[in-house]
Parts: sequence; C-alpha cells; structure tokens
Amino acid sequence: MARQSTFGNMVVSLSVICLVCAAVLGVVYCITEKPIADAELAKVNNAIAAVVPAFDNNPSDDVQVLGDSKVYTATNGGSLVGYAIQVKSSGFGGPLQMMVGFTPDGTIYNTSIISHSETPGLGAKITDDNIQPRAQVKGKNPGVNNISVSKDGGEIDAITASTITSRAFLKGVNMAYDVFKQISENNEPEQ
Amino acid sequence: MSRNSKLGLIIDGIIKNNPTFVLVLGMCPTLGTTTSAINGLGMGVATMCVLILSNMAISAVARFIPDKVRIPCYIVIIATFVTVVQFLLQAYVPSLYETLGLFIPLIVVNCIVLGRAEAFANKNSVIDSACDGLGVGLGFTIALTLIGLVREVLGSGSAFGFKFIQGDGMLAFVLAPGAFLVLGYLMVLFRKITKKA
Amino acid sequence: MEYIIILISAVFVNNVVLAQFLGICPFLGVSKKVSTAVGMSAAVMFVMALATLVTYLLQNYVLVPLGLEFMQTISFILVIAGLVQMVEIILKKISPSLYQALGIFLPLITTNCVVLGVAIQVVSNEFGFINNEVIVDGVAQVSHMMNLGQSVVFAVCTAIGYGVALILFSGIREQMELNGVPKAFEGVPIALIAAGIMAMAFMGFSGIV
Repeated sequence: MARQSTFGNMVVSLSVICLVCAAVLGVVYCITEKPIADAELAKVNNAIAAVVPAFDNNPSDDVQVLGDSKVYTATNGGSLVGYAIQVKSSGFGGPLQMMVGFTPDGTIYNTSIISHSETPGLGAKITDDNIQPRAQVKGKNPGVNNISVSKDGGEIDAITASTITSRAFLKGVNMAYDVFKQISENNEPEQ
Repeated sequence: MSRNSKLGLIIDGIIKNNPTFVLVLGMCPTLGTTTSAINGLGMGVATMCVLILSNMAISAVARFIPDKVRIPCYIVIIATFVTVVQFLLQAYVPSLYETLGLFIPLIVVNCIVLGRAEAFANKNSVIDSACDGLGVGLGFTIALTLIGLVREVLGSGSAFGFKFIQGDGMLAFVLAPGAFLVLGYLMVLFRKITKKA
Repeated sequence: MEYIIILISAVFVNNVVLAQFLGICPFLGVSKKVSTAVGMSAAVMFVMALATLVTYLLQNYVLVPLGLEFMQTISFILVIAGLVQMVEIILKKISPSLYQALGIFLPLITTNCVVLGVAIQVVSNEFGFINNEVIVDGVAQVSHMMNLGQSVVFAVCTAIGYGVALILFSGIREQMELNGVPKAFEGVPIALIAAGIMAMAFMGFSGIV
C-alpha cells in the first residue's frame, strides 16, 4: 500500500502524475479538436438551412461579421435567396444565440435558436418551432410589422409565463433586421 | 463487502452503497441536472465513466504514491478523466454537453468519485475497483434517471421526451423546488423498500 | 449600479444553493447548528474571493495566451486545493483564533463545488446585466463577460447568498430537531423537503434582475 512520504518521492510522484495527465489531456484535445469544431459548424449549418429557402452554395464559407452578429448569404443558382443572420440577445438565464433568416425583401423566412440558457419548462420552450412567438414572426417584415410582444403594443404573443424570454427573442429578431438593412443597402448597387 | 464476488460488488454499489439514496453524496448534479430523464441518464453515464476510469487508474498507481500527497494526486487523475469525458461529449454529443453545462467540469468535485478512490480503489485490485466503479456508477445513474423521470412526468407531462399529456405539467417540479422535493420523497421511498426505516 | 445588480442577482435571484444547486453537500452536512453554518459561510467567502481572483488571472494571463484552455478544470482545482492548504497554514500562524473558528471547515471547501463552479462561471459565462466596454482590434465593443473587479465582487456576493441560505436553513433545522418526524423522513429527507419549500420562497425573487 501507500509508501512512506519523503520530500523527494512526494515531489517526484506529483510531478510524474501531473506530466502524464497533461500529456494525456494534450493528446485527447488534439484528437477531439476537429470533431468539436465540426459539431459547432454543423450546428450553425443546420440553423442556416432551417431559416432560409433552399440554396445550393455553402453559406458558412462566406461570413460577414458585423459587431456581435454574423451574416451568412444563401444563393441558389447564383441568385440571392436570403440572408441568415446570427445574433446574440440576452434572455432570462443568459445569452440567447439565434439565427434569423430573411428573404431579400426583408420578410422573415424562419428563425432558429442556436443556444440558450433559459429555464427548462418555461423560457426553454423558445426552442420549440411551433411556439407562438416563433410561429408568428414567420412571414412578417419588421420594417412593416411591429415585432414586439402584445404587452408592449406589438403583434406577437409572448410564451405564457416567459415574457422576458419572448422579449429577448423578439429583440434578437429586430437586431437581425437592423443588420439586414445595413447589408442590403451595401449590396444594392452591385445587384 | 457482504458477498465477495464481482457481481456482489456491483449490486452493493446499486443498493447497499447507493450513492444518492443511502450515502447522500454528489447531491449537486443529482439536483441540478435532473430536469428530464434523458438529462439524468446522461449525467449518470458521464459520472459513471469517470468513476470507473479513475477507480482503475488510482488502484493501479496507489501503491507508488506517497501517503501525504495522495489526495492531490487523486484529484489530478480525476480532473484529467473529467476533462477527457468533457471533450468527448462536446465532440460527439454536443446537445447533451450544452444541457449539462457547468456540471460536467464539476464532476471533479463530486464527492462520490474522490470518496470511492479513498474508500475503495486505493486498497483493492484494478478489476475489483472497476466493478465498484461500475456498481456505484450504476446506482448513481439509476437514481438520477429515476429523479429525472419523476420530475419530467410531473413537471412537463412527458417521459424520456415523449409527451403524453397536452399542455404543461406542474411546472414547479421542473424548477428548483421540485428537485429538492422529489429527491426527499424518493429517499423516503427507498428507505421504506429497503427496510431501513 | 452594476455592483448592486450583481449583489441582488447573486444573493436572491440566482442563489447558488437554491437555484443553481451548487454546494449542496455542505449545505446538508453543516446546517444542523446556526453557529457552524456561520463559520462555514465565512470560510467559503474567504476562499471563494481568493480563488476567483487567482483563477481569473490564471485564465486570462496564462491559459488563454498559451492556448491551454483545455487545462482549465485541472489547473483550477489544483489552484483551489493549493489555496485552501495555504490559507490553512497562514491562518494557523498569524491568527490562531480565526483558525480555531474556521479551521475545521477549510479542508471541506476543496470539494465544495461552489468554489470551482463560480471560478468557472466567471471566466466562461456571459451575464446579461454586465455591459463592459472592451476594445477589440481598436474597435469598442460591448462585452457581457465580467472584468476582474466584477468577478471578485460576484464571488463575494455568491458567498453571501450561500451564507444567507445556509444560515436560514440551519435555523429551520434547529427548530425541526424539536419536532417529531416520521421515522422514514428523519435526517436528510425532511431537510431536503424543507429546502424545497425554501427554494419555492426564493423563486419569488425571480424576474427582479
């Protein structure tokens, strides 16, 4: 069983263990680095595919970064079909990462939640594609419609008992629309 | 050990030494991650992997480690395996990794893991330690899945993600208070069944 | 203003014990008497402020520049274990009376997940109520990450929240000792149920921040 402790063997055994563990971790990190990056990319790609009409380019190859937001451009046969805009809003439990898809005229095609830290059973329902705010913003244009919860005078119903999460989601939608406006103004002369 | 066989070790871990209901160890993940049966199961399996691996590693090296620095050495070994599990989850089960969040790195300070290292692994063979890890890990996993299932059924009206009632359940059970209440009542039930009370 | 929000958020809204489930083991273990609960809370606050300070510096000035973020868990737990040991030795030398009061709780703190949990939270989480101006590549941006001062304040406030929950709970348990409880409920189960009811009360604070 356990050996007598002397200063020498304590230092040696601790250092050996630390070195071996650091080496193991380094190796595992190198092996898993790529799958982790792939998993992250797959998540973004899935979100893009969910929020814009069918496309045939690879939007995640060409990203425009505007402050906190990222813009992915989707084209089909060379013509623009929509923008997927990734924004970060702040919900009840923490940051709410979401993807909002716009068709070129500024209509919301669909939305997708990438990550959130809302309360399970309450705010976390925002991940459900058919929940009121997510379903209601589809086909609306933030330039025309008032995208805010009905409590704040808008046209969208909040999730029951999760007004803060709903507001955060709609704030994200409006943030994405602001980005969309910038992008489409910049791109107009070229098209 | 009442029955000195490998199977006996595993069964002991599940019933006699059940980490959650009998030893009352590792309460933080037990309460924090059991909002649904799947999450409880995921956390249980992650902890079980760390437990088996660290038990084996520690029983293999225990006799080379001087007595006075054994705890720091164990912690380093455990932390390594926890990080390994964390990377694997992040790479291959990212959705589970996100739900469990902070509680994955916190397996390091789960008293079950260090407790088994100190109480069992450092004086038994590698195989026995692996069995002990498997047994205690299974006991933990079963307990977490059970708590998760009860909370999910009462709180969201679904089981393992399949919804069987329309609308919401009793939300309190998914939120913080439900965790304490469900664990408390399940512990009473476990005591009644195993005739400890 | 930010500091007040941090205080209210950490103590009441996101109470570590009752909303985040960190540090439950000592919460159940040392809450039988009010006096031990006070001692434990003080020791946690002391260690947590120190540990958060050191791990914040470690993360931002050692691990990130060297690309060693994957060593986070292992280095943090070693730092915490080392700190606890050091605090114990120093206290013994310079203030035997304080050591008498906190001494027995210090070794327990290494495995108290509050300390590691908060250390990891401040370096990796974003907080909605934090809006720091940071300069990235010469451009001013808003960051929701905490800076050093906020991190330490957050750690102290979390410890206050821990103390509030622990001391209130030990008061309840002292009262419960005097009451007859069905045999199967004795000890931990009835404590858990009491904690559940306390957590329900603390839920009333949600939405303030």
